This record gives sequence, structure tokens and C-alpha cells, in this order.
Amino acid sequence: MFELIEKSEIFNVHKMVIKAPEIASSIKPGQFVIIMGNEYSERIPITVSDWNTDTGTITLYVLELGISTLELARMKVGDSLYAVTGPLGVPSEIKNYGTVVLGGGCYGIGGIYPIAKACKEAGNKIISIIEARYSSMFYHEKELHAVSDQVLYATSDGSKGKKGKVEDVMGELLEAGVKIDQAFFMGCTQMLERCSEATRPYAIPTKVALNSIMLDGTGMCGACRVSVGGETKFACVDGPEFDGHKVDWKGLNQRKSAYTEQETIVYQSYSH
Amino acid sequence: MELTAKERMAIERHGMAEQPPDLRNRNFEEVPYGYTPEEAVAEAQRCLSCKKMPCISGCPVEVPIPEFIALVAEKKFAEAARLIKTKNVLPAVCGRVCPQETQCEGVCIRGKKDIRQAVAIGNLERFVADYERENNLMEVPRIKDKNGFKVAVIGSGPSGLTVAGDLIKLGYEVTIYEAFHRGGGVLVYGIPEFRMPKKIVEAEIKALEDLGVKIFYNSVIGRLYKVDYLFNIMGFNAVYIGVGAGLPIFLDIPGKNLNGVFSANEYLTRSNLMKSYLFPKYRTPMIVGKKVAVLGGGNVAMDSARTAIRLGAEKVTIVYRRAREQMPARAAEVHHAEEEKIDFRLLSSPVEIYGNEEGWATGMKCQRYELGEPDESGRQRPVPIKDSFFEFECDQVLVSIGGQANPLITSTTPDMKVNKWGYIEVDDWGRTNKEYVYAGGDIVTGAATVISAMGAGRRAAKAIHEDLMKESDETISAGVPKVESAS
Repeated sequence: MFELIEKSEIFNVHKMVIKAPEIASSIKPGQFVIIMGNEYSERIPITVSDWNTDTGTITLYVLELGISTLELARMKVGDSLYAVTGPLGVPSEIKNYGTVVLGGGCYGIGGIYPIAKACKEAGNKIISIIEARYSSMFYHEKELHAVSDQVLYATSDGSKGKKGKVEDVMGELLEAGVKIDQAFFMGCTQMLERCSEATRPYAIPTKVALNSIMLDGTGMCGACRVSVGGETKFACVDGPEFDGHKVDWKGLNQRKSAYTEQETIVYQSYSH
Repeated sequence: MELTAKERMAIERHGMAEQPPDLRNRNFEEVPYGYTPEEAVAEAQRCLSCKKMPCISGCPVEVPIPEFIALVAEKKFAEAARLIKTKNVLPAVCGRVCPQETQCEGVCIRGKKDIRQAVAIGNLERFVADYERENNLMEVPRIKDKNGFKVAVIGSGPSGLTVAGDLIKLGYEVTIYEAFHRGGGVLVYGIPEFRMPKKIVEAEIKALEDLGVKIFYNSVIGRLYKVDYLFNIMGFNAVYIGVGAGLPIFLDIPGKNLNGVFSANEYLTRSNLMKSYLFPKYRTPMIVGKKVAVLGGGNVAMDSARTAIRLGAEKVTIVYRRAREQMPARAAEVHHAEEEKIDFRLLSSPVEIYGNEEGWATGMKCQRYELGEPDESGRQRPVPIKDSFFEFECDQVLVSIGGQANPLITSTTPDMKVNKWGYIEVDDWGRTNKEYVYAGGDIVTGAATVISAMGAGRRAAKAIHEDLMKESDETISAGVPKVESAS
């Protein structure tokens, strides 16, 4: 079960193609899985970036961030993951919006792909904007190009595309008069907040895929709770996508930092 | 040697030896050690074998209590366990977690004057089940020939395990779908090791697997497969929904989203299922507060408070709106919590959680209550006392005030009726309005006990058997082959 079929590394992001035929045949764009590398691991929510019903595989891009993701990164082709649970979360709403901007950073570069693909098939014009520190940190580009009318880049060092972030590239489009009917963003919380603030003045409907701390993924524990428009929502069952203009970003960031101390302890205790 | 009633009456109740409080509050080992065979026999001799047998009707699954106790008195321990299992498939579990004082022991004739002198039925149940398991005397029950029907059970908690156990013996092919990576439901994620050792749950699940029950873990029904898919594509003939606990409720007071404020579900799931009490060997982190406030008065609140003490909290305070007698927790758990020096602030309810600039909880303001007129449940209603407040410091708050229905299955099965709170509507036998779909346990009743969930599972298994056999008879009389191969 859950054999690792293919693995590669793009800086600190690890591509993992995993055998999970039941999930591959039932997953929809915007959904995620919760994985455990071994029986001691944390349960980690990961967006599914691609899947193939013929081979019965799902593709994940795992950001190496703490001990459990480090252990995942050390796994080899042929090893099996201890647990892969999914699909989880409410699928993205796919329909013909008109022009859709998809902004992705970090694991979201791969994560926006299924949404872009489905939106393209629904007849939308797709503008994908992806950001990274350096040009060599991009991945899953060929696939993204295949489903996008335009793929635009932003890098911190200016080595590819515009020097800056997703919202800078999007800002240029908006200034040039491009009409955006719907925006989706996926990446770190700071990026989601910045991008949501950038679309707010233009009143562009904005969906953000939140990556809050999760445990069970079925709504039972409330670890992933976030305030959206003043209401408590659970990212695992009500999300992961929410209206970016209504999310309480301060509260979300605060909750995400809760375990930093413990995470440092366990990381330091790991014998490299 | 037969004892006279007078001689039986003269025997005092045998308590179970326990880890002393100042030792156990630093470990996760089980608190009571269990009876020795001698203690069990002596305790069994206290039963008067009275004619009325009120204990049987006090038991939600009607275990033949006087009969099994008579076997204990004759030192036929494994036989006693097997007799219990004709009515209750999980005696090692129920002996530990049933609220006996409100069920079998609560109506025991020997406890009429003083409930503490009732026959220790729960202790005896636990003893015989442990004896059978530890001495490898568990028998594989006889199983009827396969009848060709396939039943899907959603959730491997107490009710799901009961349904699976009953139906596999009747010849059904049974498949359990469990959302987590381990089976047992609340027995593994909710109830701590010191009250419900996980090796017991594992043994029960293995016993079911040995009988041929298939268990698929990591399978969240409603997302992975919808209920109709289980019928139409997977070829199941009946589906039992026993998905248990719902979404936690957080008090709607200022500070509810501060860091350090947890649902008890999260806190216990981290510690029990993910074994964060063994952090960092197990990687899931746990925040260990120094001064911990626990809100609520049920078993989950007691479990949370006692977990916090074991993880090293300096002070743990339970805040509960009503009085001690009205706490829904098992008497033994409240007693153990008190022994472990957990502080109780009764007739109190929080009105605000204070936080610091970094967004962490630092303290709590509570209002004092008094008991007023009885409400619909017959319990005296707690009434706030005007202008009577107190404050105390706490850096962690564990909220254990109940939950609401989990919508994962109900929202993806729109033709199945739910009540206004989102719990599934069923008849007395667990039948939903949707044909061949049954439900039981917390997803029907809201938070309740392990044994009531097992009782619901037992009734649903009967209903499933009855309904499918009826269908089978009808197909025979219509001249159609008895069993269609499900593919």
C-alpha cells in the first residue's frame, strides 16, 4: 500500500508519486490528503497536485519543513508510506468564470495545477502566475503551460520573469486593464494574505487554499479552525478554500506558530 | 461449598488495587491493577443471585450478570467471559469504561442502602475478560456458512465493532472503513491509555480480523466513497454508519481562538492516537501547559485533566457549571481525578479567556452559579449569580463541552433524514429512512457512552439480518437464485 513510485527533489520541495488507486479515482481539484511517512510521524495535510487513474498514482509536492517532512524526504522509491488518507476537503468550484488567475508559490506551484486544468476544461482563460526565490526553484512547469493561456513568473532575484512576487505580476496585469473574474491562490500564508489584499481594491472574487495545522482531517478536533467573516470554520471540512477577503489572517498566523518551540526540539533531537 | 445469604451479605466489597495517586500522576500506565483470582471469587460470592435480577435490565445489552458471576464463584473464568460475550462482544472494554453506577451496579440489591456496596460487576467483567485474553483462552466462535451478503460498516468504534462481530458470525461478509490509521474509534483516539490500554483494543480488533472481518484504514467515507457508491459500485447489500463524535463546540466567549485554547478532542487525539505523550519518539507535538483549565464535567473533561497532570502540568482546574452530583462523568473518574489533586471549580462558568500580546492564553474570568429550578432533564438548572466573578491564571484551556454532528456522510447522502441538529434519524432498530442504511452510536444520539453505542450496534445488526434474510426469502420465492454474486 502507498508505495513510493517516483521521487525527485527541487530544492526543499520533494516530488512524491505514490500508489493510491482509490484516491486517484475519487479525488477532485482542490482536495488534499493527509500522509504519514511511518507510524511515528505526524499527520501532514498535503495538496494533491496531480493524479493518474490509469497508473493509480497521486503526485504530491512536499515542502521539507520539519521532522516529519524531513523523514518523508528521506524515503526511497520502493518504500511505502504508512498512511495516506483522502481525498479530504471540499473540491474547488469549477465553472466558466471568464478569466481566471491562479497564483502559486512554494508547494502551491504544483498545487494550482489541477484547478487550472479543470478551469481550462470548463472554458476559462487561464493566467497562471508562479513565484519562487530563484528561477531554478520552479517545477511542474510543462504541465502548467499545457493548461494555461499564459504562465507568468516572479522571482526574488529577478532571475526569471518579474523581480518580485505574484501580486506584483498581477498588479501589472490589472494596471494594463486585464479583467480578472476569479482568482485562486495557493502557497504560504503570507503570500495568500498579500495576494488577497491585492485583489481586494478591484473586488475580484478571491479563493485562498489555507494550510492550517490539522490532525484528523474529518472535523473532529478543531485544530484547523479559522475565523472567516467572523464565523469559526474548520479548514479540513469547510475548506481548505475560503474567501481571501474574509479570512482573519492575524488569527491564522498566530495559530500556525503555536508549535514552533516543540518543532524545534524534535528537529534538533533528530540524528542526521 | 454453598454460602448462605447471610454469609454472602457479610462480605465487604473488594476494591481493585490501584497505582497510588502520586505515582500514577507521572505515568500513563493503567490505574487499577485488576483483581487476583482470589479477589474475583470472593467478590463473586457477594452476589445473592436474587430472583429479580435487576442488574440484567440495568444493562443496555442485557448481559446475564448473575449467571456469569456464578461461574466466577466456581472459578470458571473463561466460561464466564464466553457467557458475557454472547451479549457483549467487548467485555474487557466495558468492564473498564461503562458507567456501572448508573446501570447494573446502580440497581444491584446489595447497593440499595449504599451504592458503594453493590456487587462490583464491572470489576468482575474486566477480570474475566482479561483472564481469558492473557491466558490465550479466547475461542474462535463458530461462524455460519457465508450467506453471500456483503455489509459495509463505517467507523471502527464500539458500535461498528459490535455490528461487525455480530454479522460475521451470522455468515455475512463484513468490511469496515475506518478514517484513521488505527482502529477502535474513541477507544484509541479519545480514551487515554491509563484508562483503556490500547493493547486490549488491538486484541479485540485482531480477533475480529481472525474471524474474517476486513478493515480498510485511512478511508473517509463521504469523501473517498459516497454511501450510494458502496451499494452501486462496491456491491454492498447494507451499510451501517457508526462514525461517532462530531465537531467540537468552542464556547463563544472573548479569547476562544487564543493559542493554548484547544478542543479536548484535539488534545486527547494528539496524546492518545498520535501518542504525543511519548514525544519526541512519536513526532506529533503537544503543548504542555503549566496551569491548565478544563471546561466541562464529563468523562472527556476528566480524561483531559488527568492527561494534563501526567504530562507535567503544575496545576489543573476543572471548571463546571453545575454541582458535583450532576457531573456526567463516571464516579470512578471523578474520584480518580480528585485523588490526583485536580482542582474542581464547580458552579462556575467562564466568561472570558485573557491573552497576552503574542496571542497566548494567560488567564480566565469566571462567573459563579447557583442551582435553581429543575430543567427538562430533571437536573437543577444552574443560574448565574449577579456580579459574582473570579479570575485565575491559566496558560492552557481544554474545552470539553460537547459537540455537534459531523456532516461528512450526512451532507453527501442527501436522501437520508437527519434531525434539526444534524444527527441521523433512525427507528428503534437503527434503520434510517434510506433503504438498507442503518446507523447507531454518537452520530444518532449525540455524545453518549461506549455501551449505549454497542447496544445500538447490536440492534442494528439484528435489523440488518432480518431485512436481508427477508429479501433473500423473497428472492427465493420469486424463483430467482438465492444469492447474486456481488461485483
